[in-house]
Amino acid sequence: MSAVLDQVLQLGFLAAILRIATPLLFATLGEMFSERAGVLNLGIEGIMLISAMTGFSGAYFSGSLWIGVAVAIATGALFGLVHAILTVALGLSQHVAGIGLTLFTSGLAYFLFRLLFGQQSVPPSIKGFTTLPIPGLAELPYVGPLLFNQFALVYAAFLAVPISAFLLYATPWGLALRMTGENPRAADSAGISVIGKRFQAVVLGGALMGVAGAFLSMAQFNAFTFGVISGRGWVAIALVVFGRWDPWRCTAAALLFAAIDALQLRLQAAGLGHIPYEVFLILPFLLTIVAMALVSRNAVAPAALLKPFRKEER
Amino acid sequence: MLKLEPRTAPRAWLNLVLPLIAIIVTLVLCSGLIAISGASIVEAYSVMLSGALGSKLNVTETLVRATPMIFTGLAVTVAFRAKFWNIGAEGQLMAGAVAAAVVGAYPMPGPLAMLLMALAGAAAGALVALVPGLLRVKLKVDDVVSSLLLNSVVFYAVMAAIEGPWKDPFSGYPISPPIEDSAALPRLIEGTRLHLGVLAAFVAAGLVWLLLSRTTLGFRIRVVGENAEAARYGGIAVGRVIVITALISGALAGLAGVGEVGGVHFQVMSDLSPGYGYSGIVIAMLARLNPLGVVPAAIFLAIVMTGAEAMSRATGVPVFLADVIQGTALLAMLVALLFTGYRLRRVKGVA
Repeated sequence: MSAVLDQVLQLGFLAAILRIATPLLFATLGEMFSERAGVLNLGIEGIMLISAMTGFSGAYFSGSLWIGVAVAIATGALFGLVHAILTVALGLSQHVAGIGLTLFTSGLAYFLFRLLFGQQSVPPSIKGFTTLPIPGLAELPYVGPLLFNQFALVYAAFLAVPISAFLLYATPWGLALRMTGENPRAADSAGISVIGKRFQAVVLGGALMGVAGAFLSMAQFNAFTFGVISGRGWVAIALVVFGRWDPWRCTAAALLFAAIDALQLRLQAAGLGHIPYEVFLILPFLLTIVAMALVSRNAVAPAALLKPFRKEER
Repeated sequence: MLKLEPRTAPRAWLNLVLPLIAIIVTLVLCSGLIAISGASIVEAYSVMLSGALGSKLNVTETLVRATPMIFTGLAVTVAFRAKFWNIGAEGQLMAGAVAAAVVGAYPMPGPLAMLLMALAGAAAGALVALVPGLLRVKLKVDDVVSSLLLNSVVFYAVMAAIEGPWKDPFSGYPISPPIEDSAALPRLIEGTRLHLGVLAAFVAAGLVWLLLSRTTLGFRIRVVGENAEAARYGGIAVGRVIVITALISGALAGLAGVGEVGGVHFQVMSDLSPGYGYSGIVIAMLARLNPLGVVPAAIFLAIVMTGAEAMSRATGVPVFLADVIQGTALLAMLVALLFTGYRLRRVKGVA
């Protein structure tokens, strides 16, 4: 009896890891595309927040969760575009512009949310996504409930990984994107529009960050609250470094940290409070700083990261 | 058509005009948000201004609000001057606050307590900033990301402490034990919250200005920021200058935390800082990295923040307009800065 219970718990635990990893995956892949083209996007925390807000509101007022997701994607892409205009077209300092974007979008998200819903003692909520069992596969023993009885966006996140890897490594578009981030001069000489590629990467990245925000407010919490993102954007910045700008390694990193987070939640729920839960929350940040210290000499970051490109300057 | 082209000689008057333009553009852009809230733009801004400066009490509250931001603005200014990208003032502020609260809880004569709180807070902030400084100099680790991530490390560490071993046993909330009454910074005007730290912030701005413009170290910091290669060629130990810059920057941010604990909150709680560390970046950029400019820039943001609360009560415009203004001001200033290095020229024909 207890062995059965154990297994169910195990299964629930593994399923929780996939769920927790989903927003991290979308955000991390988004940041990765942007950075692979040479643009650091510190606006990620705010972009996720405002997308969580617009996605939630879109679903609330339209009654359709997928319209909400579409609104969140559009919001993310829009603010990705803003970051691209500031840092790529105007060549402004990427980190200061990113912090400015996070301050701006966070303020705007709270402002518009208060305007739309007023000040309520009970925050408005929606009936969020329910799991979508895949017919035939969901009934498989063990792997069925784990892999094939999840939110649709969980499937999407794990499909996005091979698609991202394919786009990045196996298409001319991906090659051009990577050249743009490594050696924009060479890319320019080869007839690639560096500005164009960077715009595409940052806007695509913003759209992915938008999905991450939508997942949090529409599948995980089913409400928009002030703490809905609570540093997950910064975690994604860390995961990109930890995952060495590679979709597969980034996925491994996201799963590792989702596992740590799931363990933390489980220990908390079980009342095993010997270790403060904050220790687990600190881990992704601390491990990334250690990892940066260990790998930085190998110079794995895109060589042109943080460097604006002006065609006429040689 | 119009074309951006490099400007040959930088203009000094732009230092004053650009921030003003950025602020005006910001207020104009944000008036759109006031309009969609259904309030009168003129009324909202005037209530904001009178709420921040309309009475003696309001003025002192605004100055109290500006104080931590003067310190974080100075912290970012010093760092950015050397092109040490310290995004971690928020965490350094928290570290300084913790150190001050720990020291201030021991009974001792007031002046001694205040001195030790300031020293401990500055040291704690410096210690946190030392991490990204050393990582960059010794291991070539990107300072933007490492200093940013440390904010979360410090924040969760403080949370763990005030929810656990360091929680005030006499309170139901996760807050630290209060400091001794004698350790509280003295009030400059009775009946207001204007505390000694406010004066200290103004003095600090003058001292940082002296440091940067009148000392050898300040000269080295500027040279390293302007041209690290030339500095190295000229015999300046670039790595050492960056580490020293990190220490000074962190110490200043730590003092912001000391002022909040010693003069305003008297203990540490999770929302001790509503992002004063990030505001420091906005302020430093508005001030064009001039320590004397940091004071008016911080006061501007303080006016917006205190005034927004009055505006929200009177007109119903959400108080978060203050955050939007802050973010917009930073972006507007960044764009405005383009005109220092470049200027718009009308070009005949199509390029």
